[in-house]
Amino acid sequence: MKFTGKVWKFGNDVDTDLIIPARYLNTSDPAELAKHCMEDADITFAGKVGKGDIIVAGKNFGCGSSREHAPVAIKAAGVSCVIAKDFARIFYRNSFNIGLPIFESEEASAKIAEGDVVEIDADNGVIKNTTKNETYKVKAIPGFMQELVAAGGLIAYGKTKFKIK
Amino acid sequence: MPMNIAEKILAAKSGKKFVEPGELIIADVDLVLANDITAPIAIREFKSSGATKVWDKTKIALVPDHFTPNKDIKSAEQAKILRDFAREQKLTHYYDQGEVGIEHALLPEKGVVVPGDLVIGADSHTCTYGALGAFATGVGSTDAAFAMMTGKAWFKVPTSIKFVYKGKLNKWVSSKDLILYTIGDIGVDGALYRAMEFTGPVIDKMSMDARLTMSNMAIEAGGKAGLMNPDETTMEYVKARAEHKWKVYTSDKDARYEKVIEYDCAKIEPVVSCPSLPENTKPVSKLGKVVIDQSVIGSCTNGRMEDLRITAKILKGRKVNSRVRCLIFPGTRDIYSQAMKEGLVEIFMKSGAVFSMPTCGPCLGGHMGILAKGEVAVSTTNRNFVGRMGSTESSVYLSSPAVAAASAVLGRIGTPEDL
Repeated sequence: MKFTGKVWKFGNDVDTDLIIPARYLNTSDPAELAKHCMEDADITFAGKVGKGDIIVAGKNFGCGSSREHAPVAIKAAGVSCVIAKDFARIFYRNSFNIGLPIFESEEASAKIAEGDVVEIDADNGVIKNTTKNETYKVKAIPGFMQELVAAGGLIAYGKTKFKIK
Repeated sequence: MPMNIAEKILAAKSGKKFVEPGELIIADVDLVLANDITAPIAIREFKSSGATKVWDKTKIALVPDHFTPNKDIKSAEQAKILRDFAREQKLTHYYDQGEVGIEHALLPEKGVVVPGDLVIGADSHTCTYGALGAFATGVGSTDAAFAMMTGKAWFKVPTSIKFVYKGKLNKWVSSKDLILYTIGDIGVDGALYRAMEFTGPVIDKMSMDARLTMSNMAIEAGGKAGLMNPDETTMEYVKARAEHKWKVYTSDKDARYEKVIEYDCAKIEPVVSCPSLPENTKPVSKLGKVVIDQSVIGSCTNGRMEDLRITAKILKGRKVNSRVRCLIFPGTRDIYSQAMKEGLVEIFMKSGAVFSMPTCGPCLGGHMGILAKGEVAVSTTNRNFVGRMGSTESSVYLSSPAVAAASAVLGRIGTPEDL
């Protein structure tokens, strides 16, 4: 898995109300949610984000609500992946379950600036900042999570392991 | 090998004698819940997977409490997805308008969750049930769909942090003050991926209502669960309502913890969490003058009987300040009825407060109490993020019911001592 894209930078503790405000949760349509992605953090975001762009943030990204609408909105807005120092627990789980690639890297989170172009080599756990000509290490994804990704998400994984009525 | 309560429940539910932090397990859940925001996605995932029947129609709770009574056409469509699915699958724990309450007030009250249960809920405040000695944690809709299909969920066994609350509580200091103080101390990611275990003589003396308030906000410190060891208070509460058999697990004396944090409660004053993170905790006495436009009392955090009683005690014979909208939301219909029987509703009405049916509406800026640009609210809810209750230029201070009620009268944030 490789991703290349332009970076949009956010700070620490970006909560799910910033990612997708509750006033838009009366729908679960990904295209509709994408229109309001990151709206309360940056009202211009949905209008300027391009396909394949990358979100880079600080610590505890996605804290707050369990709403799966948050990673869904980010994915549907065209964002290829999110890099943060670390992620809130439910957001982390949800991202793997719905197939939004996320990467933990303290170094990348600190050093990447808005507008930088970065390449992520997920298989080798390396992020290359082509703007700054730097490379950063990615925290390894646990084996079980890799299995989930390989199976195509949690539901597909479950169907191979358990009897479904 | 010694284990703590979180490890014991996870071991039992995954058919193991022993589990240790970091271990990945697939466990059998006792209950899966979802609400009118999260269930539509779970139901869509369930259907698109090709599944036709839920794993157990008695172990799935669907609680349409967020945007109900339906606030607009779109939310009515979402609520209908739950209703149709519940009928089709003959779910025994679907709560339509005539029965519904705020999920985390409702399910413990109805005895749907009991000690020893393993619960996942597509709602982050599912951690509330930790107060009953259950391992309960919030997940997303896809996890809920998976459990609806299989009765199973995967977990990484968390490390645990033990909190010990000692000393005498100061006047007007409630369990809400203790949890806000704790979050202020360790930060909004202070318990990230961890199980929090609340213990000590102060917890031992707490009512069930007060305990549920504390466990409810474990997620605001990033916690996976907020557990308490069941005792006589728990048993008294559970015996009166349990729907199924319970099993009491308690932490071994020599169980392992990543950290043990002790608080001397005598040093804790009534506090608020200032905008826009729950960790921005300050004593009310050091706040200065904060004028408010709205006071919200209720939610899954503080919408229980004890919360309404203290609110009534403060509002009795007083008037809500003319600049303040005071909105009171009971957690459930039974709480609503009890409040009527005790004459609390009469006190609220005379004071100029609004007394509503149970709904999550105002807590998440959904409906029934949205803030305009520049407005300030004090609220007994659980989050004060930017835009949480309305405009991104409004602000929310989190507090106990006593502080919220006193502030409603004062027109600024204060404690009952200031009245």
